[in-house]
Amino acid sequence: MNSSASLITIFIGMAIINNMILTQFLGLCPFFGVSKKLSNAISMGIAVTFVMLLAATATSVIYNYILVPYEIEFMDIIIYILVIAALVQIVEITIRRTNIILYNALGIYLPLITTNCAVLGIALINATNNYSIAQSMVSALGAGVGFTLVLIIMSGIRERLELGEAPKSLRGLPVAFVTAALLALAFMGFSGLL
Amino acid sequence: MTEQPQISNAKKFTKEVLKGFVIANPVFVLVLGLCPALAVTISIDNALGMSAGVIFVLLGSNIIISLIRKITPQLVRIPIFIVVIATFVTILSLVFEAYFPPLYESLGIYLSLIVVNCIILGRAEAFASKNTVMLSIADAIGIGLGFTAAMLIVSLIREILGTGKLTVFGYTLFSIPVLSEYPLTFFIMPPGAFLVLGLLLALFRWLGVLKNE
Repeated sequence: MNSSASLITIFIGMAIINNMILTQFLGLCPFFGVSKKLSNAISMGIAVTFVMLLAATATSVIYNYILVPYEIEFMDIIIYILVIAALVQIVEITIRRTNIILYNALGIYLPLITTNCAVLGIALINATNNYSIAQSMVSALGAGVGFTLVLIIMSGIRERLELGEAPKSLRGLPVAFVTAALLALAFMGFSGLL
Repeated sequence: MTEQPQISNAKKFTKEVLKGFVIANPVFVLVLGLCPALAVTISIDNALGMSAGVIFVLLGSNIIISLIRKITPQLVRIPIFIVVIATFVTILSLVFEAYFPPLYESLGIYLSLIVVNCIILGRAEAFASKNTVMLSIADAIGIGLGFTAAMLIVSLIREILGTGKLTVFGYTLFSIPVLSEYPLTFFIMPPGAFLVLGLLLALFRWLGVLKNE
């Protein structure tokens, strides 16, 4: 039984209302690690969106055509993590062979994405909601867009924050957390959107 | 004479346990495993359930990875570690689903996400793949308890401020008169998690427990 939620509802829901970072706390390592510079944030956002879209498509095909018909849904964690790890490797090799400029821009972020909980998270969210393949792809795209959006906003704020004089013990990570709290509070205003 | 190595082993064991608990606290010092620390610290129950899960997976994967460390090919070690960890997470989620359904429901996908928790892969790579089984067990216990302590601190603050009372497995331990009628719901919502953890990180630094970056 597939969920009947419309594609546009899923997209807006994943991108803004149930934002990966601010309400589901997924993908926090790159969020705090890479959000110091705007250019890095954009590259990371695109890389994550791309891998999430591929991973969600692959895992959704596996879920709907292998796991459900053979009733082995309990194997999902092992299968998903292996599929994601293999996929990231393939993407890295393909990009390195075909587009060296793109590889230099995204290269260092790709291996990091394997252990990014956002990618496995989106696969599990899609499976929990019984999304069809099209719905899974839209939800991954929405999640990726939302992730990139928050990463860009955060890096803009942090570039300015570096110039400010925070108390010594708050500098760096703690003040980034407080900023994220304010950002999450602002995003809660969108919760009535749908 | 035969007692000498035993004593030093016991000392080493305690040293490893204490290290993870205080000096290398995974959440407050190494800033690892943030997703669960923020997502499931809404209540003490969730925090305890999650910590028990992490300790189980960490212990299991540390033991197995330490046992197979000599026959693990260097090139494919990371995929092997991930499969071992994923196996223990699958066992854990099946056990939780069967015996603790309410906890399983409220932890949701975060239980499965233990598999990508940086703490566990980090310990496998940095410790268990290089040390003996006994020391790996000590390391798992220390890091696991350090994680539990961090989860308890965050969830205590969030539950008390966010609901005005403290409830552990259905028993209300105490409730604060005014606060329980007008709870600061902000703290059990997502922004509250970021704020509490950010201020705790700052506090630990200020206390000098944390080294500056």
